[in-house]
Amino acid sequence: MSPVSRGFQHLRRAPAAEEDRVPPGQHMTEGFPVLSAGPTPHTPLENWTFSVTQDGQTKKSWTWAEFRALPAETVTVDIHCVTRWSKLGTQWRGVPVDTLLKAAGYDVPYVLAFCDGGYTTNLPIGDVTDGKAWVAFDYDGGPLPPEHGGPARLLVPHLYFWKSAKWVRGLELRDHDAPGFWESYGYHMYGDPWKQQRYAGD
Amino acid sequence: METTAVRGRLTWQVATVTSVTPETGSVVTITLDPPDWLGHRAGQHLDVRLTADDGYTAERSYSIASAPGEQVAITVERLEGGEVSPYLTEDLRAGDELELRGPIGGYFVWEPADGGPLILLAGGSGVVPLRAILRHRRRSGSEVPARLLYSARTLPDVIYRGELDQGHDGAQVIYTLTRSHPSGWTGHTGRLSQALLAEAAWAAEANPLAFICGPTSFVETAAAGLVDLGYRPERVKTERFGATGGR
Amino acid sequence: MDALDGNAIGGLLIDVFGTEMTAARSTCATCGDSRPVAELVVYRQAPGTVVRCRTCGSVLMVFVRAHGAIGTDLTGLASLSQPDRP
Repeated sequence: MSPVSRGFQHLRRAPAAEEDRVPPGQHMTEGFPVLSAGPTPHTPLENWTFSVTQDGQTKKSWTWAEFRALPAETVTVDIHCVTRWSKLGTQWRGVPVDTLLKAAGYDVPYVLAFCDGGYTTNLPIGDVTDGKAWVAFDYDGGPLPPEHGGPARLLVPHLYFWKSAKWVRGLELRDHDAPGFWESYGYHMYGDPWKQQRYAGD
Repeated sequence: METTAVRGRLTWQVATVTSVTPETGSVVTITLDPPDWLGHRAGQHLDVRLTADDGYTAERSYSIASAPGEQVAITVERLEGGEVSPYLTEDLRAGDELELRGPIGGYFVWEPADGGPLILLAGGSGVVPLRAILRHRRRSGSEVPARLLYSARTLPDVIYRGELDQGHDGAQVIYTLTRSHPSGWTGHTGRLSQALLAEAAWAAEANPLAFICGPTSFVETAAAGLVDLGYRPERVKTERFGATGGR
Repeated sequence: MDALDGNAIGGLLIDVFGTEMTAARSTCATCGDSRPVAELVVYRQAPGTVVRCRTCGSVLMVFVRAHGAIGTDLTGLASLSQPDRP
């Protein structure tokens, strides 16, 4: 065990009033750290599409204009990163994934989100439907900045935030759960912060 | 070449802080007395680990500011909203303990036998390992021509200014101030430009050796600029600190 | 957040390889680019550490520390070459 550094307090303790909103092993942050596995993509909006695919075929696709014409909702949620910071009361605006999947039609148990830059992450269909997930384009009252996943990212606040894939471009419908980027390097396939499911075997 | 024993380099050890000295309003130099130090090379860094009483740990890397043979020292800039740098620059005192390991690095290092002419490019706190190189050059009596091009926000932000202005045995120092400058300032202003590089850097025909350290954007601009001047890419060594200047 | 370079993971590489590796020469399995590990592009703030080719952006190395182990994936790396000890 490392010797204690006299007087060193880390910045992130949760105040007592909010402790029950912060999962075990997490600390609160006021900032919004930018974590990434690669460079920030910059896809021009005129080239941006969101697609629902299956077996290599596109079932439904939206251009940016078509996507932005869909009904959207504003939500305030707590988010939890596997690197142990939690941010409470974040405000987003986005299209519910329910809307996108219903328009495409689906009958599968899993999805794989895919993104500009090659990032992927896998989720059970039940964790992106029933009001649990959005494709978000606004954060904190303004357009989602590129470093935080803009123009649009997946938002799945009940799971660790690596599942809220930045720069999302679509969902692949799948019969089997296949590990995405971090999952294939040993992160947990599901990622429930309340069960501290950070790594495989947790 | 890397020949020192592996033991002592891999393991964390608890050093005593022997002094904490301000360099600028937001920068301090911390001298250290590690019990098991095997010496270091100019340009290397060490890793520091802080532990809170609940077991939470935070690790950072800091370039070694001193030359081989001098007492181990690091120079730390306080970053707004940082987790570690405010502690090191404001709370740490002589007599405290600091857990560290090192020295680390075999690429961004200079020995007199590596020759030159040397061009050192510093962006902000990137000057720290370059100062170690200049000190090593002076202490070893090397006659390799050397120039430091140092980009800082303002004159008070220049670290080691007294030492640099005194001259390191003929090493030229050229400043550029990017945010503001004193009235009457006759030096360069503004961010590093290709024109300033062309003026300050040795001609490519001299086969110079370049060391560039600082924020990522500074390093990439400078490195591309030197290659555009004809520098061989394998003789342009880079160390990026990230946007905020820390690692 | 800007990417760092291989210098920033000098300590991690000692943990994994048992020796200094920033001066080792890496070769990308995707594009063949060859350069010192110190010059590779490092994303350190991600869960885990991702090291990418500076030329083509392909993932060369991924390190994940979990459950008392360091998982190392070098699938994207064609080769490493480091100075031999005398």
